[in-house]
Amino acid sequence: MEKIEVELLSLIENNSNLEIEKIAKMIDRSEEETRELIRKLEEEKAILGYSAVIDWSKVHNYEGVTAMIDVKVQPARGVGFDKVAERIYRFPEVKAVYLMSGAYDLSVSIEARTMLEIGKFVSEKLSVLDSVLSTTTHFVLKKYKHDGIIFDNDNDDKRIVVSP
Amino acid sequence: MTSFVSQRIQELKPSGIRRFFDLASQMENVISLGVGEPDFVTPWNVIEASYHSLEQGYTAYTANAGLIELREEVSKYLKNQYEAVYQPQNEVIITVGASQAIDIALRAVLNPGDEVVVVAPSFVSYAPAVELAGGVPVMLYTDPDDKFKLRPDQLENVITKKTKAIMICSPNNPTGTVLSRDELIAISEVIEKYNLLVLSDEIYAELTYDEEYSSFASLPGVKERTILISGFSKAFAMTGWRLGYAAGPQDIIAAMTKIHQYTIMCAPTMAQYGALEALRNGKKAVQDMKKSYKQRRNFVVKTFNEIGLSCDMPGGAFYVFPSIRETGLSSDEFAEQLLKEEKVAVVPGNVFGENGEGHIRCSYAASLQQLDLALKKIEKFIGKRI
Ligand SMILES: Cc1ncc(COP(=O)(O)O)c(C=O)c1O
Repeated sequence: MEKIEVELLSLIENNSNLEIEKIAKMIDRSEEETRELIRKLEEEKAILGYSAVIDWSKVHNYEGVTAMIDVKVQPARGVGFDKVAERIYRFPEVKAVYLMSGAYDLSVSIEARTMLEIGKFVSEKLSVLDSVLSTTTHFVLKKYKHDGIIFDNDNDDKRIVVSP
Repeated sequence: MTSFVSQRIQELKPSGIRRFFDLASQMENVISLGVGEPDFVTPWNVIEASYHSLEQGYTAYTANAGLIELREEVSKYLKNQYEAVYQPQNEVIITVGASQAIDIALRAVLNPGDEVVVVAPSFVSYAPAVELAGGVPVMLYTDPDDKFKLRPDQLENVITKKTKAIMICSPNNPTGTVLSRDELIAISEVIEKYNLLVLSDEIYAELTYDEEYSSFASLPGVKERTILISGFSKAFAMTGWRLGYAAGPQDIIAAMTKIHQYTIMCAPTMAQYGALEALRNGKKAVQDMKKSYKQRRNFVVKTFNEIGLSCDMPGGAFYVFPSIRETGLSSDEFAEQLLKEEKVAVVPGNVFGENGEGHIRCSYAASLQQLDLALKKIEKFIGKRI
């Protein structure tokens, strides 16, 4: 991948909302070229989507729980962990699935409205899968940082208005 | 009653930046492009190292010239980064910002009445620092049409029998102009011919975007007549830490250390520990900030030109210095009216020397959103005037 493409990717990774016009100026390319670069990166699936990081705790009356579940599985012959991972990540309430080294095999992150719902997911959907040997559920108490973005950050500019 | 304030200080002109600061700080919700410092917070590992030094109980004075470990790191850094070779034991001193390095360097070398060439537009402290040291600043006004680059013949024209030194700043505050190695060599030939000393302020050396940076101190044959001045404020986003350094000939560094010893004792210890970490493990953070400045520079320069203020692409630092001639306003009027009408603070170019007139200094050390908003407001402001 070219340097300019990496630069473009890191720019939109930090702010996927950035207008083409601004990106073009910042990376010193024409708007046409920039649009073309982005289209190419989307086609190559280097860019998979554009999302916003939301602090849902700011939303009035919003109830939500996040849990991280450590899952031990019995890998299936021929396909290893991939098939069981797929069966897990296809559930819409699952936000992330990673294959881990160490004490367990899959890390599953899930979001639901209540703790009860998460309990139901674990007991009725996850643990009953044939290859799942055990699960350990951890509830998230507070989000400090997510996807590189610090929540509740005091971002105020501490500099005086004019300085040498 | 007569004032007790010394004549020298009474005669010293207050900084034009100060006046503007007073004006701007009385207003609320100002978008500021008037700052000469990074908008990043100091890299966390540096803050951590400083905390740690306090926890370990390093709360006492260090050697007058600074922690030897830090001088060793500075010396390694100057050699690796800029091919400038200095002995940590006796050719490097750690100071309270580049500001103090400039002050004690001038005091260490000037006799009363010695002339010092100040290449303008210049950082606001140079000429007053020369005066405070008993010298006479001689302003050398570079040409906007030459991108404010210092030409050897201009230098030759202002040299007199009394000229002792010249202050060079590349990349420059406020113009962002960077001098190439060839340009520096041409200047160094004049400097050698007239046996001058050079104070090379290289505080923005890390922040060059297009070409490899050349340090004056790395030129052939100039080492014995060069004091390299730098610090941690800009590249490492450490303005409030007040830490800088100078490297130069042994006798001058010894003389500077003498003044430093009697006036400051040593630079703050916890800041020195922070700086040590910055040099040892700060490269990635510097590169990341630099990348971001470059993107913002491109954005700001292109937008200024689009909205009708002609603006050169500067090679370094984090300032642009667009021309405002089209508006028919003086730089003071422009900055003051812009502040009052649109609440955007910029610095009038004339505070950096009379050839800065017709320009404003805008710092792009601000978030993209702030820059975008400020530029929209400037566009609106000049729309009524061009
Ligand atoms: C050219 C130049 N030299 C020196 C300084 C002072 O730096 P320090 O914070 O290290 O005293 C500045 C700060 O604005 C500057 O622009």
